[in-house]
Amino acid sequence: MNPDRGVLRKLKGLLGKMPMMLTCQEFEDFVLDYFEGTLTAKENAIFKMHLLVCTDCKRYLAAYKRSVELGQNLFKEPNSPVPDDMPEDLVQAILAAKESEPELGP
Amino acid sequence: MDDTENNPRDSTALEQAIREHGPAMLAVARRLLRNEEDARECVQDAYLRAFTKSDQFDGRSTFRTWLHRIVVNSALGLLRKRKRSAVQTLDGLLPEFDANGCRIEPMWQIDEPLEKVLENRLVRDTVHQSIDKLPDIYRIVLLLRDIEGYSTEEVAQLLDTNVAVVKTRLHRARAALKRLLEPLWTGGEI
Repeated sequence: MNPDRGVLRKLKGLLGKMPMMLTCQEFEDFVLDYFEGTLTAKENAIFKMHLLVCTDCKRYLAAYKRSVELGQNLFKEPNSPVPDDMPEDLVQAILAAKESEPELGP
Repeated sequence: MDDTENNPRDSTALEQAIREHGPAMLAVARRLLRNEEDARECVQDAYLRAFTKSDQFDGRSTFRTWLHRIVVNSALGLLRKRKRSAVQTLDGLLPEFDANGCRIEPMWQIDEPLEKVLENRLVRDTVHQSIDKLPDIYRIVLLLRDIEGYSTEEVAQLLDTNVAVVKTRLHRARAALKRLLEPLWTGGEI
């Protein structure tokens, strides 16, 4: 690691131990709730304060968000349209299985 | 569409329900089970359950939503019956920190709009394969929450666990997915 970068990371680690500040490791515990919108106002302020001083977490958060969005949109049209037909043998298998089921009362 | 028309109390209504909703239900089963034969078994089982329990459909949700839940429950039942994969850890896929608690994060290039990125077949295939690589306990939570659209509470109910467990697994699954997708954005090997 670049010596300057090593010093910088040590300073950042120390900064994270100050009141109302987080280390990146502590920041991680808030990420899900941040996206869920369930952080308290105080937690949200601390979370955002960390983002102001940490480009690694800022980059991480953007990549995390992008990954979630990719997953969420992967199966949505028009990228992955649901085929508009059902295998005929499966349709017939379900109907046949239904016919062989005992009739239920009302 | 009038959902009461879809209530599969008779063969005609059942066939209509199969043809109308079957493709989407099969897609859900395929995503959860990753196996064509199991997915077909799941869908068949779900329709038969829907038929035999049609009196329980109270119209509070749409028929499609009700059926979707039955398919998910049926798929989860099949997954429980399956011999669970030995690999259930996310070793090497979770965020890394140095001794100072500082994040170790590669440089990402996220310039293109999401819609544009999703037009790329390689990206879509990689996302799909990456989700499939996750161990089941994480993959299922990610699918139910992020793709099938259930709330955290609903996922907890479906998996017979609590919200805290779902949230932990969801966050780890997302973080692991991000890690698996890194080669797409950092120019590494996929």
